[in-house]
Amino acid sequence: MTTALRASAAPSTASGIGPQLKDAGLAALVAAVLLAPILGMETTPGPDGRLTLAFHFDLVAIGVVLVFLGRLALALFLRGRPPVRAREGGAVSAFVSRNAAWFGLAGLAFAIALPLLPFSSRYVIDVATTVVIYVMLGWGLNIVVGLAGLLDLGYVAFYAVGAYSYALFAQWFGFGFWMCLPIAGLLAATAGVLLGFPVLRLRGDYLAIVTLGFGEIIRLVLVNWYEVTGGPNGIADIPRPSFFGFPFTRNPAEGETAFHQLFGLEFSTLHRVIFLYYLALALALVTNLFVLRIRKLPIGRAWEALREDEIACKALGINPTNTKLTAFALGAMFGGFAGSFFATRQGFISPESFTFIESAIILAIVVLGGMGSQIGVVLAATVIVLLPELSRELETYRMLFFGAAMVLIMIWRPRGLLAHREPTLRLGTATGATSLSARGGGP
Amino acid sequence: MKTPILEIQHLTMRFGGLVAVDDLSFTAYREDVTAIIGPNGAGKTTVFNCLTGFYRPTAGQLTFHGHEGPVLLERLDGFRVPRHGLARTFQNIRLFGGMSVLENLVVAQHNHLMRASGFTLLGLVGAASYRRAEAEAVERARFWLERTGLLARADQLASSLPYGEQRKLEIARALCAGPKLLCLDEPAAGLNPRETAELGELLLELRDRHAIAVLLIEHDMSLVMRIADHIVVLDYGRKIADGPPERIKRDPAVIKAYLGETEEEELPPEVAADLAAAGGG
Amino acid sequence: MAYFIQQLINGVALGMVYGLIAIGYSMVYGIIGMINFAHGEIYMIGAFVSIIAFTLLGMLGISWAPLALLLVLLVAIAITALYGWTVERIAYRPLRGSFRLAPLISAIGMSIFLQTYVQVTQGAKIKPLQPVVTGGFTFEDASGFTITISWIQILIAVLTLVLMAGFTWVITSTPLGRAQRACEQDLKMAALCGVDVDRTISLTFVIGAALAAVAGLMATLYYGVIDFFIGFLAGVKAFTAAVLGGIGSIPGAMLGGLVLGLAEAFWSGYFSIEYKDVAAFTILVVVLIFLPTGILGRPEVEKV
Repeated sequence: MTTALRASAAPSTASGIGPQLKDAGLAALVAAVLLAPILGMETTPGPDGRLTLAFHFDLVAIGVVLVFLGRLALALFLRGRPPVRAREGGAVSAFVSRNAAWFGLAGLAFAIALPLLPFSSRYVIDVATTVVIYVMLGWGLNIVVGLAGLLDLGYVAFYAVGAYSYALFAQWFGFGFWMCLPIAGLLAATAGVLLGFPVLRLRGDYLAIVTLGFGEIIRLVLVNWYEVTGGPNGIADIPRPSFFGFPFTRNPAEGETAFHQLFGLEFSTLHRVIFLYYLALALALVTNLFVLRIRKLPIGRAWEALREDEIACKALGINPTNTKLTAFALGAMFGGFAGSFFATRQGFISPESFTFIESAIILAIVVLGGMGSQIGVVLAATVIVLLPELSRELETYRMLFFGAAMVLIMIWRPRGLLAHREPTLRLGTATGATSLSARGGGP
Repeated sequence: MKTPILEIQHLTMRFGGLVAVDDLSFTAYREDVTAIIGPNGAGKTTVFNCLTGFYRPTAGQLTFHGHEGPVLLERLDGFRVPRHGLARTFQNIRLFGGMSVLENLVVAQHNHLMRASGFTLLGLVGAASYRRAEAEAVERARFWLERTGLLARADQLASSLPYGEQRKLEIARALCAGPKLLCLDEPAAGLNPRETAELGELLLELRDRHAIAVLLIEHDMSLVMRIADHIVVLDYGRKIADGPPERIKRDPAVIKAYLGETEEEELPPEVAADLAAAGGG
Repeated sequence: MAYFIQQLINGVALGMVYGLIAIGYSMVYGIIGMINFAHGEIYMIGAFVSIIAFTLLGMLGISWAPLALLLVLLVAIAITALYGWTVERIAYRPLRGSFRLAPLISAIGMSIFLQTYVQVTQGAKIKPLQPVVTGGFTFEDASGFTITISWIQILIAVLTLVLMAGFTWVITSTPLGRAQRACEQDLKMAALCGVDVDRTISLTFVIGAALAAVAGLMATLYYGVIDFFIGFLAGVKAFTAAVLGGIGSIPGAMLGGLVLGLAEAFWSGYFSIEYKDVAAFTILVVVLIFLPTGILGRPEVEKV
């Protein structure tokens, strides 16, 4: 094997860059044919309503040159290097993962301090809240995809179940946020079990497409079931959260005390924004603690074992369906929590917020960050939410970037950018049990 | 008088028109290392897959005298088989490659730990009873790591181990599941002579010191002849011989199955050599 | 009765389009055992290339329908097939032998990329096509109901049957077909026997994409309007068709397409148009759970 590699590497270092040039030329040719119609000829409605074409061959030329140079650079860069298929992440990833606790604490300190920092405007806090929600969704989906290795393309369905159950329970029964939150989580988990039970014995790619279908079914039901969901118009006037019963209003109703009165503050609409931020942060922290903890329990290890080899798991007596079901249900539950927070924050929900693209974004966060990595999810969520905020221009190109990134990451770092995994147990750490070895550990 | 641990009666497995195992009956005993041998494609692995619930046999009865008394294996779902005390390894090693060696061994004790963690609830609150159970599981893992010589590897990634150690790890993992009968599918494949000798020692030790019966599929005849107390020979899914090694060596049907076919077809020289050596010794 | 026959005709036409896309899923699955998640987008690209080619020909003054159709068909097949080839080269080939989820995720990434790429370059608005092929046969029954078979429906049927026949010939009687069948049985063994596996897989993607291009062209003609999002639903429905017919089986894919097309036509003809997509998804879920090997598929034996 190594000799074969050396043999293939040797001539390319000796000879010029002829083969690479030819290769890049071919790639450029392919790019030209691919780009010419779609990028080069834009269909636009003409004056009579018929389509006409607007030509952008300058863009095609730029694209072709970029492909040529990119391909050439890649070929020269890879020349002489053996093809490495890194199973683990690199040194940086290992460093981050070993010191996860410190990075986590530093990040948490920053997150807590954020609203008090001088540059924190209402806008900054708003964006930060969005980041935190996506972090939470990423952590929830990470249970399913990263730990249990089940590709769920319909995660947004559980987010929707959470949001709608909050909205409906609040509207019909007048339940408050803290009452609705567990209900939403429970309902989402139930939806996860109902979906999961029949489909979790399917092969991985069938599962992916069934979850995709389920996500769409939920959305289509939301759109079409006017009587309950309000159809495409959605549900408005969802009650806003209160500070444990003290509303964030300037003039509270008779007999009520508003938040600013309680603390003797000047009324400010910022209070509610900050409160929502901390609420999201608290929910996300609960999610994180839960996931960190459960990873080190038998069920968490069984999830990872299932991801590695389902047949071996069966031969060790692990019930694959039940184990997957718990992952699915717990992932769904956190999606439901996030959904009900989303509903109370927006005050308005409609099916538009729960499209496949949303599932794809959450999946991208998990994949890019590193499947199974908690810190990776935070970084990926931050990048993915901030990217369109930096410039509105970028928003259109955001999905283009995600799609390309998902492909490239799978090629270069199949386990994600921060893929280094620390074992959940070490033999060194189990010294507390030495007394037991005297009795003999054998069966 | 030996006590039976596994009684296979009239086991038949068909895939469409192909009969992989044809009316096979034999008994394996608690005190024995039992070997199933036979040319490639004789149906040996299919027998294992029927035993461990991966295939549902077309016909036959598989009685296993497990932890909770006799059970009929053909009626169990695959994942329910191990808890009766039957563990197996695979011909193409199936480890949890992305997890550490120790984690592999702890996962093997899943059902026990699951109960100890109160199906996760006690574990989440960090109950002392669960922490104790986990420590015991680690100790059991340490014990088998020591016996298989993998202790120094405990915290390494399973996939980073060399091939021979991966084989050993898979056996250690099966042992952590607490079996009464250990089924090994070609455990010596790809091992060097020293590793094979160590494997033989380990299997004999299991039989003598830990009261674990062994059922193995193996092509390495010198290993089989050295450690097996009882050999079952399969050819084209049928049993052609069954008995102690001395008798198998001289059985004309076995010699024909191994050597007779080879006149017109490709010779597996190492098999012929092994058999000749074993027959002479 | 007339209404029933009309729905039947519509359903068959629709089903043939689904069937053509489904063949692509089925072939790729047969050969590498994976769902090509980007296949729906390949169909969408086929539709876009078709509409661009029609517009270009219109601007060049070529308006004689048969010639225009033929040219568009060839252009759409060529360019879409190259897209199919590129998808395999970028999103699948480097990942052969990577871990289980990797090719799935990269295919989903590719699907998102292609969809956004068309959205960004061509705009998010729907694209209407001036009718190219108009008219058809109209029958009237005793009670005054009319049944129409349009020329487009006839075109779809003829083209599909021709392609199916040609395709069956390729699989059964050419070296490529033999190589494909060998790869379906065992990729590694085929490679050892001298089959150029890379080339065979590439060609499988190319053929699948070519058929999807034809489907895209016909859908463009049939509906007269497309947008960047059509690949998603069509992809899921065609995938359902492939599974329903028995994934890996080419006649199965066509049969599944017809069943799905008919189900959709009758569902929207007799029940509610709003839930017609729900119906497709429901069929998918039900089939996967109760009939995972499909109508014409062979049962899979789990290799342990």
